Amino acid sequence: MTARTATLSTYWDRAGGVNLLPVAVALIAFLLIGAPSSWITLTVAGLAMGMMLFLMASGLSLVFGLMDVLNFGHSAFVSFGAFISAAVLAGLGGWLAADSWVLNASALAAAYLAAICFGLIAGWFFETVIIKPVYRDHLRQILITIGAMIVAEQTILAFWGGTPFSVARPHFLEGSWIIGDVSIEIYRAFAFALGAGVFVLLYVGLNRTRIGLLIRAGVEDREMVEALGFRVDRLFIGVFMLGSALAALGGAMWAGYETLITPHMGADLMIVVFIVVIIGGLGSIEGTLLGALLVGLMSNYVGFLAPKLALASNMILMVAILLWRPNGLRPAVK
Amino acid sequence: MSLLSIRNMKTDIGQYAVLHDISFEVPEGGVFVLLGRNGAGKTTTLRSIMGLWTPSPGSVQFRGEDISALHTAEIARKGIAYVPENMGIFGTLTVDENLILATSNGRFDPARLARIHALFPALERFRDKQAWSLSGGQKQMLSVARAIIEPRALILIDEPTKGLAPAIVDAMAEAFREIAQTTTILLVEQNFAFAKSLGRDMAVIDDGRVAHTGTMADFVADTTLQHRLLSLSL
Repeated sequence: MTARTATLSTYWDRAGGVNLLPVAVALIAFLLIGAPSSWITLTVAGLAMGMMLFLMASGLSLVFGLMDVLNFGHSAFVSFGAFISAAVLAGLGGWLAADSWVLNASALAAAYLAAICFGLIAGWFFETVIIKPVYRDHLRQILITIGAMIVAEQTILAFWGGTPFSVARPHFLEGSWIIGDVSIEIYRAFAFALGAGVFVLLYVGLNRTRIGLLIRAGVEDREMVEALGFRVDRLFIGVFMLGSALAALGGAMWAGYETLITPHMGADLMIVVFIVVIIGGLGSIEGTLLGALLVGLMSNYVGFLAPKLALASNMILMVAILLWRPNGLRPAVK
Repeated sequence: MSLLSIRNMKTDIGQYAVLHDISFEVPEGGVFVLLGRNGAGKTTTLRSIMGLWTPSPGSVQFRGEDISALHTAEIARKGIAYVPENMGIFGTLTVDENLILATSNGRFDPARLARIHALFPALERFRDKQAWSLSGGQKQMLSVARAIIEPRALILIDEPTKGLAPAIVDAMAEAFREIAQTTTILLVEQNFAFAKSLGRDMAVIDDGRVAHTGTMADFVADTTLQHRLLSLSL
């Protein structure tokens, strides 16, 4: 590295480095879109989508980073989270329709709580019964977790049928805020705020607690953590359960976002979720957030500017980032 | 009774038999050195003691207790620390976070921390730096410091001088002498000058078997044996 490029690199890092990429993407989009109102609407939609993707992807990233486990069955938690929360919301239809934000919020909290509880229990079962026998064997991991994903999809099909399932939204999250020419959908703002809150909790947990320190260390060098006297396999069960619960919560939020869900919604989302994890760098929560925000923003901007490129935009983004940084934007291991 | 007793240890890695017959006794106190050519099985011996590879049943006794079937974490909690050849530093964690992870209760004992900072002043200077940004020598210091942040009975150290500048090697030798006053060190080393300056007892491993055991002083005096076992130039 020459002195000049080293200096540029230092300035880049001091300015925020790769953390600035979503800002850069948003600024470029602003120039291309021209109309500030459309840009704000698209940006809020992109950030909300990014936060929901972050919830779904963060567990997958930690699980891969900590235990080198490729879990293609992760989508099952997303789908079940969506359907369970939708079923709870349907059951609490009276609370949702009521003109009381307390009842609205209670119904939503009950739905999210049900999804999270399912994620925790199913995550424990999945890790103990399906993942544990195939540690350190990637081929079997792929086969058995894809098998589990198919079983999960068929189970949803058996319970809820194949027709798209309508998801009720709480009354207080319906509609939009109109500020001048700008229209901001309330549910999107809520999804962004909730996702940001979960990120802060995760960040503090991973950076300010001893268990968080162990998880970060385990992602880097599992063997060495064990040589320091800690059972990483026991830690992993907790991480797997947390990751599954986050995926279920992400699925529940996505259900409210889409308002119409199908049994294979998790499998459809998994491609994007994998792209997020790869872009962000395996095992890194900050990287996963960065990847999720980039994918969310790009999807919305490209969908508006060049609809024909919308499907390819995430792939193009991934290829470009991997050519620049083969280990992702913020890999956990340096 | 020896602190560590290895008896007829055999270790397979996958379908390959790497250690065929390893036996030696590590007495309490001082530095015990394991020597041998590249690929002789020294690192595998340390990893087998630590439970990172599975040794043959009953072959590793620590303070008279069989630890050959224990999980690595349980072996560590018995009071055995491990400093691997690649140093095993957690690069994204700070120097202090690397150290605190090795404590039993998540808190530093001020006296031990002060001792570490006296041994390795660079670690005090760079306490809040992420470990990946340290130099090779500083990383090695951190790896050793992590092993002594808590009282340990035995430290397994694998090739600590590999790739280090001579000045750092001298500092490391000084640190090991100080550590060996309170803790037993089982040292794997290719740098014979470094090994003989520290070792009291020693063993030579060749092709997965112990080829020689004895005192370092006797081995240093026998240049023919050195040449035969280690191919050292006379």
